[in-house]
Amino acid sequence: MAGMRRFWIGAGLVIAAGLLLSTTDIIANSFWFFAAYVVLQYVVLATAWNIMGGYMGYVNFGSAGFFAIGAYTAIVLYNLIKAPLLVMIPISGIVCGLMGLGMGYLTLRLRGVYFAIGTLALAVVLETLMVNWDYVGGATGAYVIRPRTMEPFGDYVKFLTFVMLVLAVAAVAAARWIERAKFGRGLHAIRDDELAAECTGIPTLRLKLVATTLSGFLMGVAGAPFPLYVGYVEPVSAFNLAYAVNAIAMPMIGGTTMWAGPVIGAVLLGTAQQIANVTISSELNLLIVGLVLVLFVTLAPEGIIGLVRKYFGRDR
Amino acid sequence: MTGETILEVRDLTMRFGGFVALDSVDAEVREGERLGLIGPNGSGKTTMINCISGALGNYTGTVRFRGRDLGRSKPHRRTRLGIVRSFQIPRPFKSQTVRENLAITIEYATGAAGAERDDRAEAVLQSMGLGPRADAISAGLTQIEMRKLELARALAARPQLLISDEAMAGLSSGEVDELLEILFRLNEDGVTIIMIEHIMRAVMRFSERIVVLDAGKKIADGDPDTVVADPAVERAYLGD
Repeated sequence: MAGMRRFWIGAGLVIAAGLLLSTTDIIANSFWFFAAYVVLQYVVLATAWNIMGGYMGYVNFGSAGFFAIGAYTAIVLYNLIKAPLLVMIPISGIVCGLMGLGMGYLTLRLRGVYFAIGTLALAVVLETLMVNWDYVGGATGAYVIRPRTMEPFGDYVKFLTFVMLVLAVAAVAAARWIERAKFGRGLHAIRDDELAAECTGIPTLRLKLVATTLSGFLMGVAGAPFPLYVGYVEPVSAFNLAYAVNAIAMPMIGGTTMWAGPVIGAVLLGTAQQIANVTISSELNLLIVGLVLVLFVTLAPEGIIGLVRKYFGRDR
Repeated sequence: MTGETILEVRDLTMRFGGFVALDSVDAEVREGERLGLIGPNGSGKTTMINCISGALGNYTGTVRFRGRDLGRSKPHRRTRLGIVRSFQIPRPFKSQTVRENLAITIEYATGAAGAERDDRAEAVLQSMGLGPRADAISAGLTQIEMRKLELARALAARPQLLISDEAMAGLSSGEVDELLEILFRLNEDGVTIIMIEHIMRAVMRFSERIVVLDAGKKIADGDPDTVVADPAVERAYLGD
């Protein structure tokens, strides 16, 4: 109970600090908001990936597909009814949640590398569909006119960053709840041994479908504000490999067994990428991810959380 | 003391492509019974319990539990009905502690939660002698501890019918006796047990009745002394 209270006090403080920073001119340079948006977006994406990959042990290589369909759903809503952001987010989440459910039905009988290949193929299929769908701009892409301001935030990017902060806190709270709930314990059992889990009374297929739906929902939510953030979306950028790679690398670096792992990984790696963007080259992003990932997989396979537990934790 | 039929298997056939692993097997188990299921390697024992537990669902024939046809129901449903199995090679939830292994089983198989779940887990830990290792990560257990955990997890699911698949393989004579005592105790508590085992000393001591499979067919069914004297059983094990 005390842990829960501490978490919610911390979450409240983070949101309050975000609100303060985004509604005042304490930070004058808007670059920091652009950069923070990307890092927070990766917190949501990495947390969503970790529900399947970390808790359940099913590696999803199709994160970019879910993220992009979240973004494209927002574009469809914008083209149809000029929907505001707060309408785009839940609808994108629902569309991607249903997509996750469908993917689950189609692929969850596969395991290991076959499941991973199935999810990768899904992203390729979805990209091909978007390239050929003129309503959302096809291969040339679609423009979304971002409002210049939003009160009381002033600059619309500040508003977007604050919304992404709230989404990140919500995603992390959901992951933390899952971790402590019967549902999460069921996912851990599936990760350890699926047949044994089924034979101890765990309805593995149902749990896996809930996990893919929830993970898809959060990835869609992460993608929904993307068109308003960049103002122009085309398939190559929306389905960019970087989303899939980062969604995997960040939890692996932070640690996949706990909600804090993807947050630590996203903040460290996301910040390093943003700094590299403006100091060295944006092309170095994936190289940084690759190098750090190789280092962690070989030297600290349980991520930063695992290292902390090893050196400071209780030896069970 | 045995009672009514708890499990009834009729015309059970399982094919893997062109290979017939089980060929029209009929068998029944009575409530409270201690049944030994034996046969040479590849005779279909594990396939048969995979069909009974639902791990293999594409068999033909019927499996009835307490008169109810189990159809194609999934293993987790059968576990909740009371058909619980252990595995030949222990399959603990390796990243979890011994206590967590039991708690999650109790939670899902019986629906108990909170203090009730924890109390039951503690009771199973004590009855299996796993108390001192309760908070150990199960990946680090010794062979006998793994076997005990496998049985403890089955016990945590509150079985009516426990299928023990070669629980004693690789254990020393003393450890075999220790596991046998646990199985006898469970049976005295009213659990019906099917024991698959290659250690004949254990099978003969434990079983009230023995069913023998060979090449997917049932070749003998009776009390232990009659079955071991059966020429067909001798041929199955030793050849012509």
